[in-house]
Amino acid sequence: MISKLLQQFFKHIDSILMVCLFFTLLVGLFVLYSASGQNFSRVYAQGGNILVAFVLMWVVANIAPHQLERIAMPLYLFGILLLIGVALFGHISHGARRWLDIGPLHIQPSELMRIAVPMMLAWYFSKQEGKPKMADFAIGALLLTIPVALIMRQPDLGTSLLVAASGFYILFLAGLSWKLLVGSVVTLAASTPILWSMLHDYQRTRIQILLDPTQDPLGAGYHTIQAMIAIGSGGAVGKGWLNGTQTQLDFLPERTTDFIFAVFSEEFGFLGNLLLLGLFSLIIMRGLIIASQAQSAFSRLLAGSITLTFFTYIFVNMGMVSGILPVVGVPLPLISYGGTSMVTLFLSFGMLMSIQTHKKLLAT
Amino acid sequence: MGAELKNFQHEQYYFKLRLGFAAFLVLGLFSLLAFRFSYLQIKQHQHYQTLAENNRISLVPSVPNRGLILDKNGVVLAHNFFVYTLEITPAKVDNLEATIAEVSKLVEVSPLDRKRFNKRRQESRTFESIPIRTHLNEVEAASFAVNHYRLPGVEIKSRLFRHYPLGKLGAHIVGYIGRINDKDLTNLEKDGVLSNYKGSDHVGKSGIEQFYEQQLHGTTGFQQVEINADGRAVRVLSSTAPVPGNNIILSIDSKMQEIAETAFGEHRGALVAINPKTGEVLSYVSQPTFDPNMFVDGIDAENWKLLNDSLDKPLINRPIRGIYPPGSTFKPFVALAGLENDKRTPPFAIHDPGYYTLAKSVHRYRDWKPEGHGVVDMQRAITISCDTFFYGLALELGIENLTGFIRHFGFGVKSGIDIQGENAGLLPTPEWKKRRFKQPWYQGETVIVGIGQGYTLATPMQLAYATATLANNGVAMKPHLVSKIQKAISNETQLIPLVVQDRVRLRPENIDIVKRGMIDVTLPGGTAASVGANAGYSIAAKTGTAQVIGIKQNAKYDASAIDERHRDHALFVAYAPAEDPTIALAVIVENGGHGGSTAGPIARKVMDYYLLGKLPISETKIEDKAGSAKPTPEEELHD
Repeated sequence: MISKLLQQFFKHIDSILMVCLFFTLLVGLFVLYSASGQNFSRVYAQGGNILVAFVLMWVVANIAPHQLERIAMPLYLFGILLLIGVALFGHISHGARRWLDIGPLHIQPSELMRIAVPMMLAWYFSKQEGKPKMADFAIGALLLTIPVALIMRQPDLGTSLLVAASGFYILFLAGLSWKLLVGSVVTLAASTPILWSMLHDYQRTRIQILLDPTQDPLGAGYHTIQAMIAIGSGGAVGKGWLNGTQTQLDFLPERTTDFIFAVFSEEFGFLGNLLLLGLFSLIIMRGLIIASQAQSAFSRLLAGSITLTFFTYIFVNMGMVSGILPVVGVPLPLISYGGTSMVTLFLSFGMLMSIQTHKKLLAT
Repeated sequence: MGAELKNFQHEQYYFKLRLGFAAFLVLGLFSLLAFRFSYLQIKQHQHYQTLAENNRISLVPSVPNRGLILDKNGVVLAHNFFVYTLEITPAKVDNLEATIAEVSKLVEVSPLDRKRFNKRRQESRTFESIPIRTHLNEVEAASFAVNHYRLPGVEIKSRLFRHYPLGKLGAHIVGYIGRINDKDLTNLEKDGVLSNYKGSDHVGKSGIEQFYEQQLHGTTGFQQVEINADGRAVRVLSSTAPVPGNNIILSIDSKMQEIAETAFGEHRGALVAINPKTGEVLSYVSQPTFDPNMFVDGIDAENWKLLNDSLDKPLINRPIRGIYPPGSTFKPFVALAGLENDKRTPPFAIHDPGYYTLAKSVHRYRDWKPEGHGVVDMQRAITISCDTFFYGLALELGIENLTGFIRHFGFGVKSGIDIQGENAGLLPTPEWKKRRFKQPWYQGETVIVGIGQGYTLATPMQLAYATATLANNGVAMKPHLVSKIQKAISNETQLIPLVVQDRVRLRPENIDIVKRGMIDVTLPGGTAASVGANAGYSIAAKTGTAQVIGIKQNAKYDASAIDERHRDHALFVAYAPAEDPTIALAVIVENGGHGGSTAGPIARKVMDYYLLGKLPISETKIEDKAGSAKPTPEEELHD
């Protein structure tokens, strides 16, 4: 009786994905405990974030994909409106205008766009009959460019890149021609000097320091150098949980958020890194399988984009912490401390689960 | 329916192709990450491991306690004590001026403290803490402690300070320590001991503090501590305790030193007393002197100027740095040269008309006694200090023979005493003159060397050393101020070995005649008869006068008519008891006039204390007791 009730309750939760997420989150909490200097309140707070995120995920998982499809455009337009609001009345913190205060709410519309953009584009391409035409890709690109540009101006390089990636994956999966793809990559490369001139000074130094972190070992290069020392000194099997000297003696900056991977890497070593990559690979694999089995164009495009964006987060974060990508301020999903990104992430996992668990009903 | 399904399947296939490509990309990029991790964590592990260790481990030096300096009876001449200091770390303070203003509301900060702080700030790095006030008393320390929370970057520390409890007494012996400067660093590096000075602020700058620096400093210990990113020590990983410096025990008796220094009164000058049998320095006076405590924490500009610009030159270590013409104190050694070179026999006598002339010359080398001494033999020549006798002797010996012999008594050579910066004085030779002036040597120059004038220069140290060597029948003992070194931990004492530096071959009959002449100096009729009066032991001595300004031919020296600073320097060398000497000394009183009357009494007081344990009685009492202590007319005149 009770088991039946539970089964009903978790009907739209994908168990494989759930198990993978559970173990990764568990690893995350242990790392956070170490990174926060054995501060239980940090771990509790993150537990709270996870709980909220889970509830929201459950809610989204119970919404059928076709219902999600319906709210895609309104959500997108609402998001654009908020972004414009941020640009006009936004609240400045740490030199960037990212937050908007609406009554008691303190929201970051760029986070919303991480969901709304892929939904919007998946909806747009699912509406086209037959193979999408050139014009469709042009419109898709425009739908993508508007929010990305707005987020970039805040400035929030990390989020804008990821929002751009999530939209780009839709275009790619919808069948953007290889010629165009290669063409646009070449164009992008050619326009690098123009992009360079658009970047803020702090973003430029970040990129310059990336190329040679020793240029500024106590300033902008400090993060990367200390993270690389943490990772490298971890060695094959790591220094052991709570024993990372770089972490415990405060040499690592931002070690509970963007640089938490260095903490993990220092304490669990190369072996731990491979296991974590393995866990992430399982989640990605599951996402790709869900996408490949999805029954509607909207579903598969959305599922594919969500999964690949999740991968992109991981790659960009690990890449920047290990010193092969510039420091752009992207957290490590499921591990880094933070409520907003956790919620956004689980909303997308909710959608994946919705796509997976609603398809049988449709088939029969 | 079929076409639609086909279309759907086609789309599905096409999508899966793209998805497959994406999966491939994911695999590729994850492999790239894995490769990067293996590079950092496997291949470069050692490198990053080292960097991580460098990050977290810091070596903190533990400075050893500096050894003490004690006199022969254990009286402390230099020791250390803890002092509360109020220190500011400029790097931790936002507004330095405001902080100092705030601090000065709590404890008194004088302009001098400010000046010293600013000076040290220029010399040190911003993350080093610099004292703004030293020697805080309990009340000041407490009043700061209460307000500590309001003043981040300001801390109370306790530092070890060097202190010289006797102040000016023996300052030129003990010397002082001072803050390590660039020159000291270079020297320490040259000596290969720089690593032992990590954490040390001070180094010996003069005197015993400088000469025995390596003994006094001790061995720096180290603490290996784990530090966090702020540089704060989190825990101690390992430590090596510092080894304190060794204690230095002098051959000086501070009571005797006090008597000797006081005996100078207002006079400038120097005194060195040596035990001729051992070379131990018994007294070492340089007057005027200074308070070495002023130098410990860096002397301020005003006081430095005052000391350095003073006409009295209190900072000059006169016994080894002051060079004076030895004057008549040179005569006993010239006498020995004549006897040993067989130019004279003890009974050989001259008739002194009151002057000496070279053949074919009209220039008169005057005796101090214009009318002459009449018939004078060797012994009497010393006793009455007959110039004419020694003019002729010097010329007969020739400059090479003379200086070649006299050099064995330490003239023109450093004595080797354990204080740095000794001047070698000057024993002139024709080669020297050629080098120095590119001029030939003249006979007349040989003549005046016979009475210790001309180019001849000697330090008080050299005069004492030569007198001790004579007293010891030609056996020259290396002089030393330190007699023992006490090891820091075991407390075992190590004696400084006695070193024979030279053995001057002297025939007994020759040394005997010179000694007899010197004994007669302090007997009635001698040039220092008053010095020997009522001594209770026999004193062998020689008086001397060193000219400060030249006197023209036929002019007469009139002490009262010339400026005090242009008066002659008074010289006096002596040893006692004459039969079995245990003390030999040299006294110079600058602008003191005649040796017997000003320098002699100083020597007498020192010998009285050393040989009889007699404390000097106040001047008036001496006059009451012994009328014979008054200078005889003979002494008063000249020598």
